[in-house]
Amino acid sequence: MNLSLMAAGLSFPNLIGRLPGGVAQGIIWGIMALGVYITFRLLDVADLTVDGSFTTGGAVTVMLILAGKPAWLALLIALIAGLLAGLITGLLHTKLGIPAILSGILTQFALYSINLRIMGMSANKPVNPDRYNLLLTARTVPMAILVGAIFAIAIIAVLYWYFGTEQGSAIRSTGSNPNMSRAQGININNMKVLGLSLSNGLVALSGGLMSQYQGFADINMGRGAIVIGLAAVIIGEVLCDAFFRKGSSFYTRLTFVVLGGIAYYIVMVIILWLKLDSNDLKLFTAVLVAIFLAVPYLQAQRRSSYLLAGRRSAAFLKGKEGKKDA
Amino acid sequence: MLKLHQVSKTFNPGTINEKKALKNIDLHLEPGDYVTVIGGNGAGKSTMLNAVAGVWPVDSGAILIDGVNVTGMQEHQRAQFIGRVFQDPMTGTAPNMQIIENLALAARRGKKRGLSWGVTKAEKEEYAEKLKILGLGLEDRLTAKVGLLSGGQRQALTLLMASMQHPKLLLLDEHTAALDPTTAAKVLELSDKIISRDKLTALMITHNMKDAIRHGNRLIMMNEGEIILDVKGEEKQHLTKHDLMDKFAELAGTTLDSDEILLSKN
Repeated sequence: MNLSLMAAGLSFPNLIGRLPGGVAQGIIWGIMALGVYITFRLLDVADLTVDGSFTTGGAVTVMLILAGKPAWLALLIALIAGLLAGLITGLLHTKLGIPAILSGILTQFALYSINLRIMGMSANKPVNPDRYNLLLTARTVPMAILVGAIFAIAIIAVLYWYFGTEQGSAIRSTGSNPNMSRAQGININNMKVLGLSLSNGLVALSGGLMSQYQGFADINMGRGAIVIGLAAVIIGEVLCDAFFRKGSSFYTRLTFVVLGGIAYYIVMVIILWLKLDSNDLKLFTAVLVAIFLAVPYLQAQRRSSYLLAGRRSAAFLKGKEGKKDA
Repeated sequence: MLKLHQVSKTFNPGTINEKKALKNIDLHLEPGDYVTVIGGNGAGKSTMLNAVAGVWPVDSGAILIDGVNVTGMQEHQRAQFIGRVFQDPMTGTAPNMQIIENLALAARRGKKRGLSWGVTKAEKEEYAEKLKILGLGLEDRLTAKVGLLSGGQRQALTLLMASMQHPKLLLLDEHTAALDPTTAAKVLELSDKIISRDKLTALMITHNMKDAIRHGNRLIMMNEGEIILDVKGEEKQHLTKHDLMDKFAELAGTTLDSDEILLSKN
């Protein structure tokens, strides 16, 4: 491939022009990542329901808007639908003893059929921003960024409050130490169900925002959502730790999760701008997430590893021998 | 305060690994009893404490705490009556949460957890005061994550948490076994102090015969899922390590030779 030709096709203004759209989508995925943060970090559960519940949120929102309901009401009902999806996963896990990760996969699998039914058995449902009143749309990106940011700030505020309450503290302690939590009288099963519901409610809300932004709901819009959510959480945490070396407060961390979503989307915009095949995006995402997941481990390895210890010991023994010879 | 009537538990019934861990245990604790529990490995000491705490349901028999039948209650439901400290210092506290948050969680044991603040301003001062009794300087580190503390510090904190809310029963499951001798002695002393100050009813498992004799007002010895010795008051005060070893040989029908190490001579 001729690199100079490829470079000639790239225009910098083009990239700048695409960035705001990336930011808007990043904020929406960042809200989704806040949901992932609740399960992955606070509850210590890898919940795969989200791939399905994101689509559920989008489907419910679009269908309700098409039925003439106001967008805010559609979003609210999408949130409730997500809560129910999380509830199912939680009950499969706590009442039937199915491992959390499998419970999530089962619910996600079932949601595919349910989502199709919600969308009247069609795989794609467009909602025209000219005909319906949407809260945000890709046609007016600055407005979409503003609306997304307002949602993100409000959600962070609510989460900050909730996880500071007695109930929220009990959810956090369940994730931190289930044995201790039981001994302190916490019903950890209830806390898991609560956390999973709350998480999927947020994910569905974010799906509802995304469907309005892109102007359609699609049966596959949630595919890989968990990976993007994890990417946002992990990129956000790495950035947060880089900025605040002495530790950071809970709302700072939540804010950085959303910023992580934005950072992720900006990287995606750059990849697309480089005219790489968009079919390769999932591969890039996986590589990106793997890199960020590996960073803390590799950093620790740089400080201390068997390889290092072995090398040091060899040098140490050699030095000793050298002294003897002299 | 605590009554065990004919409590039995068998693990892996009907399999090659079947283990009759508790055989018709009868035990009656008066309010204010501070009972030390000794016995070799596999004697059923921890199993008995876990049966009381409700870690799993028992096979038969009844467990009553202060007259309330708790046999059908789950672990988190019984927690309203019970404070616990575990053998592993990592078990009793939430590492990702602050010292003060851990204390606040313990202060709400047995209460409904609603949407009011998880830690109130008034509590901060109260807990700082409570932490002073530990003498570890933790009162100046209220917002430090518990994961940063040493095993001994975490165990002392767990003890404080377990004694909050004036539990009807305090269960100490070899809570000093994982600590170095100096720290172990401190934590034991602290246990005595809190138990006598709050007039708690307590069950303490130990592998150390000397500790079992020196602490508490009553001593029980277990072997193969049964209580084989129960001494209290005057008789317990005059007990010696050799008495215990002789009694064990007499009652268990075997000498203590192999278990001697487990029961620890010092």
